[in-house]
Amino acid sequence: MLKLPIYLDNNATTPMDPRVLEAMLPYFTEYFGNAASRNHPFGWKAEEAVDYAREQIAKLINASEKEIIFTSGATESNNLALKGVFEMYREKGNHIITVNIEHKAIIDTCRHLEKQGAEVTYLEPQPDGRVTVEQVEAAIKPNTILISVMYGNNEIGCINPIREIGEMAHKHGVLLHTDATQSIGKIPVDVLTDNIDLASFTGHKMYGPKGIGALYVRRKNPRVKVTSQLDGGGHERGMRSGTLNVTGIVGFGKACELAMNEMAEEGVRLAKLRDKLERELLTLEESYVNGSTEHRLPHVTNISFKYVEGEGLMMGVKDIAVSSGSACTSASLEPSYVLKNLGLDDELAHSSLRFGLGRFTTEEQIDFAIDHVKTAVIKLRDMSPLWEMFKEGIDLKSIEWAEH
Amino acid sequence: MAYSEKVIDHYQNPRNIGTLDKSSNNVGTGLVGAPECGDVMRLQIQVNDETGVIEDAKFKTFGCGSAIASSSLATEWLKGKTINDALTIDNMDIVEELALPPVKIHCSVLAEDAIKAAINDYRTKQGLEPIVDGKKHY
Repeated sequence: MLKLPIYLDNNATTPMDPRVLEAMLPYFTEYFGNAASRNHPFGWKAEEAVDYAREQIAKLINASEKEIIFTSGATESNNLALKGVFEMYREKGNHIITVNIEHKAIIDTCRHLEKQGAEVTYLEPQPDGRVTVEQVEAAIKPNTILISVMYGNNEIGCINPIREIGEMAHKHGVLLHTDATQSIGKIPVDVLTDNIDLASFTGHKMYGPKGIGALYVRRKNPRVKVTSQLDGGGHERGMRSGTLNVTGIVGFGKACELAMNEMAEEGVRLAKLRDKLERELLTLEESYVNGSTEHRLPHVTNISFKYVEGEGLMMGVKDIAVSSGSACTSASLEPSYVLKNLGLDDELAHSSLRFGLGRFTTEEQIDFAIDHVKTAVIKLRDMSPLWEMFKEGIDLKSIEWAEH
Repeated sequence: MAYSEKVIDHYQNPRNIGTLDKSSNNVGTGLVGAPECGDVMRLQIQVNDETGVIEDAKFKTFGCGSAIASSSLATEWLKGKTINDALTIDNMDIVEELALPPVKIHCSVLAEDAIKAAINDYRTKQGLEPIVDGKKHY
C-alpha cells in the first residue's frame, strides 16, 4: 500500500538518508566538543570529525579540503560569495554578471550590492533556460569582477555550460561563482575541470541535514579570497566566523560520500523514472515541458498544463507533494519569475508543476503520480470554460476579458 | 492553505457543471474574469419565460478551489429562484456559506458578477434594459 501523500519535491529539500543520521548521532551527545577547542580531547575529537567531513566534501567536487568554507546553507554561501568578492575586489572593479532566473539568494544579494555601488547585469536566458558563453562574454566590461551563473536551475533543472563559461571568464581575468545547490551530489561537478572559482552548495538537498552548507573558494590559479560577512573568532580561514556545526558537518560529509558512491547509478535510475513521468504526462494535450530537455538534471521536470489554473490544479493533486509555478496561494498574483523570464505567459506559468524526484522515489510512486495528475488535469479541463473554448477553436486572445 | 470542508466538497463534487445553448432566447450567459488573473467563470441560466423562474443553471470555471466552489454554489442557489430573487444574491452570502478567507473574497465577487451578467444577457435577449449594478467591487 502506498503511503500518501507522495513526496516529489526533492528540489525544495530531501529527506535525510538514515545512514547520514547514524553517522551524526554520536556527535550530539558523546562527542559534543567544540572543534576550536585546542586544549583537550573533546575538541580534538570534534576537529578530527570536521577534518574528515571536509575531505569527504572536497572529494565530491575534486577540491582540496582547505578550499571548503562551512556556512549555514546555500543562501549564506551565495551571500558570502557575492558580497565577499565584491568587497574584496572592489578596487579592481564593481561589475557583476548574473542571470535573471537565478535563485533569490543571488538576485536579492545582487540588488543589495547595487545599493552599495555595484553595477549588475542580469542576463536573460535562452528560451530553454540556459545562457550561452557568448552571451556572458558579451556582457564583460573592463570593470567586471565576477560572473555568477547557477549550475542547474532549481525550478526547471536546466544545466548551464559552466565549464565553457569558466574557461572564458578566466581568459578575461574574471572570477566565476556558481550556485551548485541543486547539482552537487546529483551530477558530477568538478571545480577544476569546470573552471569554477567559487561554488555554493548545501547538505539538505543531498540527503544530509538542514542548516549546513559550504562555499568552495579556490586557493590556486587564481587564489580567491572573500571578505568575511560575520565578524568573530576568525574560523574557516577568517572567511566565516562562528563555532562549527559539528554534527551538521559530519552529516554533510557522510551525505557527500554517499552521493559520490551512488550518484552515477542513481542518476540513471532517476532519469528513467523522470522520463516515464514526463512521457506519460505529455500524452495530455496542451502540456509542455519548461526548459531544456537536453541539458538538465536527471531528477527534475517542470510541466505546464494549459487551460488549467494553477491553484485549482494544486488542490487536485493533493496526494502528491510538488511545487507550482503559481504564486496564487501567497498574497501576490505573480507567477514564478523563473518561468516568466523564460518567456512563458502568466497563464502557462501559473499552471505548471515542478516534479523533483529523489533517492527514495519508487516506480510505484511515479505510476501513482502519473494517474493522479492526469485525473486532476482532465477533471479540471472538463470544468474549464477556457478548455471548452479552445476545443471549439475560439482564440482566447480575441476575447475582451473584463480585467478584475 | 486550508480550505473549508464546503469548498472541498464543491471542488470534489461540483454541482451543475455544463453548458446550456447560449443562442437560445431563454438562456442567459455570463462570462466574467480573465485568464491572466487566474479566474474565469461562465455561468448560464435557463429561464421560464412565463414565470421568470430559473429552471436550470450550469457553470464552468477556470480557477482555484474557492472560485470553483463559489460558482458551483451559485448554480445551486439559482435553480428555482425567480430572476428578481436571484438578483438579491450577495457575494457575502457566498463568503459566509463557504467560509472563504479574506484573500478569496474576490471569488465570491466574481460569482455575483457572473450571476448579474447572466441575468443581463437574458434580459437583453428579452428586449429588456440591463440592470445597472450600483455596487462597485474594485
